Amino acid sequence: MRLLRMKPGHGEVLIAEGDVEVAEQELALIEAFRAQLDQGMWAAVPVVAADGRRQAELVRDFDEVPRDAERVIFFPRAAGGR
Amino acid sequence: MLIALGVCAVVAVVLAWEVIASSLKPALAHWQLRLASGWGEDVAAYDPGRERRAEHRARELLRSCVDEEDWEMYRDLGFLRVWGSDGSGTGAGHGVAPYAYLIYPHKPIVAYVPRSSRLLSEYCVDFPDTERPFGSVRLPPSDDVLAKWMALTADERRLIENANLHLAGRQLDPDAVRSDIAALSRWEHERRRRRDAASLRAT
Repeated sequence: MRLLRMKPGHGEVLIAEGDVEVAEQELALIEAFRAQLDQGMWAAVPVVAADGRRQAELVRDFDEVPRDAERVIFFPRAAGGR
Repeated sequence: MLIALGVCAVVAVVLAWEVIASSLKPALAHWQLRLASGWGEDVAAYDPGRERRAEHRARELLRSCVDEEDWEMYRDLGFLRVWGSDGSGTGAGHGVAPYAYLIYPHKPIVAYVPRSSRLLSEYCVDFPDTERPFGSVRLPPSDDVLAKWMALTADERRLIENANLHLAGRQLDPDAVRSDIAALSRWEHERRRRRDAASLRAT
């Protein structure tokens, strides 16, 4: 699983990468996940819906991330624009 | 006679100065503002090559997340359409949802009725990165589109509640948006025609 974060002036940045089946790596992923949420990021997981179309799921806790997810994408939380 | 000519010359000079000064004032104000906000730092921080590479990465990420058809829509037309799910009971229906959204990079999301092309509203939403990693809070354009797409497909209500709602036409020219909707319709028609022709050739 890879944790990616969108950044201005850069595009996505790799925050962390690891295998959720390896306890040590899973802990590192959870720590990095929480750090991003603490910084005010939203976390989304790209998934394929039952009808075959792609969509995303917003997750608030690492437990909500599907175990087989390849990526979690962090992006700044939405704010009302002008 | 000489006095009269002198007065005329003075009046002409004063009038000419007024005209020149009025056209110079905005430019002077602009330069004063740029100097006050650290113009030299802005120039040093802005790197067009970096922005281009960032947008290239963002486009690849967007492409890897959305359906092939959606990617081609964005590539060809410059915006994405997302079907509305609230109230339809059909989820992301294939043209059956009562409303849909157009997602433009760094512009408001537009809600509209696909059957009539009637524009409903504009939802102004940003994803500001307060860390300003390269001096800007703005994501690359395609990351902005992907962030809107993820938020809309994952939790439409949450995104809409975070946005500022305005009547259609506040920021985006309604005629331009209707023209985009018409272009999308033509694009889909052409895409269907090509697909049908390909399947006919295959049989």
